[in-house]
Amino acid sequence: MIELDNVAYSYSGAALFSGLSLQLAPGSFHFLTGPSGSGKTTFLKLCYGALRATEGRVSVFDTDVADMDRDAVAFARRRIGVVHQDCQFLDHLPLAENVALPLTVTGQASVDQVDNLRELLTWVGLTAKADALPPELSGGERQRAALARALILSPDVILADEPTGNVDWEMSQRLLRLLVELNKMGKTVMIATHDLMLIRAAKSLVPARILRIAGGTLQSAGADL
Amino acid sequence: MLLARFKGLITRDAGADRVVPPAGFTVRLTLFTAAAMAFLTVFALALSLAAGRLASTWGEELARASTIRISAPEGQLAAQTATVLRVLEQTPGIDSARALTTDEQRALLEPWFGPDLPLESLPMPQIVEVQEAKGGYDADGLRLRLQAEAPGAVLDEHNRWRRPLVAAAGRLRLLGWVAIGLIGAATGAMVTLAAHAALAANAQVIAVLRLVGATDGYIAGAFVRRFTLRTLTGAAVGTFAGLIVLLLMPSAGDTGGILTGLRFGGLQWLWPLLVPLSAAAVAFVATELAARRVLGELA
Repeated sequence: MIELDNVAYSYSGAALFSGLSLQLAPGSFHFLTGPSGSGKTTFLKLCYGALRATEGRVSVFDTDVADMDRDAVAFARRRIGVVHQDCQFLDHLPLAENVALPLTVTGQASVDQVDNLRELLTWVGLTAKADALPPELSGGERQRAALARALILSPDVILADEPTGNVDWEMSQRLLRLLVELNKMGKTVMIATHDLMLIRAAKSLVPARILRIAGGTLQSAGADL
Repeated sequence: MLLARFKGLITRDAGADRVVPPAGFTVRLTLFTAAAMAFLTVFALALSLAAGRLASTWGEELARASTIRISAPEGQLAAQTATVLRVLEQTPGIDSARALTTDEQRALLEPWFGPDLPLESLPMPQIVEVQEAKGGYDADGLRLRLQAEAPGAVLDEHNRWRRPLVAAAGRLRLLGWVAIGLIGAATGAMVTLAAHAALAANAQVIAVLRLVGATDGYIAGAFVRRFTLRTLTGAAVGTFAGLIVLLLMPSAGDTGGILTGLRFGGLQWLWPLLVPLSAAAVAFVATELAARRVLGELA
């Protein structure tokens, strides 16, 4: 699905990390943890082509990202559901339209998909907020809406950056269970988080691989969690 | 790709329409610019077409006409007139020639001296009207021959004074088209600036659209459609206003020149319909180019 081979990334010449190698196999579940500023978000951005590696090779669905033009990246993103830390939305559109945005831009917004949308909003507990504008939503609601948007195209890979950062524990559990359920359906999931409780909770639900970025390198973790 | 985008303009995509936030100052700027430019274009077009009509009228009416003025003592006037007509008959390139009657000469002078002019009592020259054949005639040769055979005859080629007038009208027509070209270029520049500003102001929107898998074509299409339709609307309003003003301008009928003839004639009234369409085409290309550049910068 997604493969990183000896990847390095630098911001303005300052190396953030180097020599990272990882394979996200189909149906795998990964947690990515590490201190703030260690490069978790950058790592995820490299995985969906938002950033290009300074060195090494990133391939997405068997295609080297370096060889992909912007349209190819766009098509790849339709197979990767991304939940961003800062949950960006189109503030002038109601929540339901924001969640359905991937359908709109891919020309799949049809009557059949409306049921899918309704079901997804129900699942993340946002049916009552369907007509609200994003600025009217709380942080947790925005995060749930971002997750719903990432899932609406039924992507092969789900990359979530702190998806439970602004929600209460109960909702965190619910979102985690949803991601685990999707993983059991064959989706590849990677969650970047520093919420160790969430990782511990996941251990009983799914055989997840836990990775840690620290000091510019990627290490396996988990035994200490 | 451009064809697909043009098709997208016609087949309304409600989703794509909505992804771009509704209006800011760029809407008003584009509408106003398009309206003002279309208004000016209508006048430049009217000027150009009026100048063209004038040049064509002068050209057609006078291009093949000349006159010969015969001034001679009373006893010799008839003889010299006969000689001139004979010479003209023998000159290659002359289609027809005839001496004006007294009444016709009086009619020519009437605007200046009134209807009661006693023409018989005045030493009036005889005017001979000459129509050239298609290939024209050798004016210098004819002038020399007239000098030898009818010394009182003076050839007046209308071409001599017509040419600079026709040239001036032609320049005015060219000026009109140059003005239209400049207005088109200015419209393109304004739309480019407005589209550039709108795209840059919506960097966040573009980031979200890219995150969910929108291609550059889709994103550009949403902006192109909006700016093209805005320009079309503004230009239609400006064109309509320009036509109203032209209709209200005084007409001097057949005697009109550039100023009083600054309006369209007959089927020329259909020309302004092209103004909004051309403005929309300019906006379409300008926004497309601006979108490609900004999307490249934001990548």
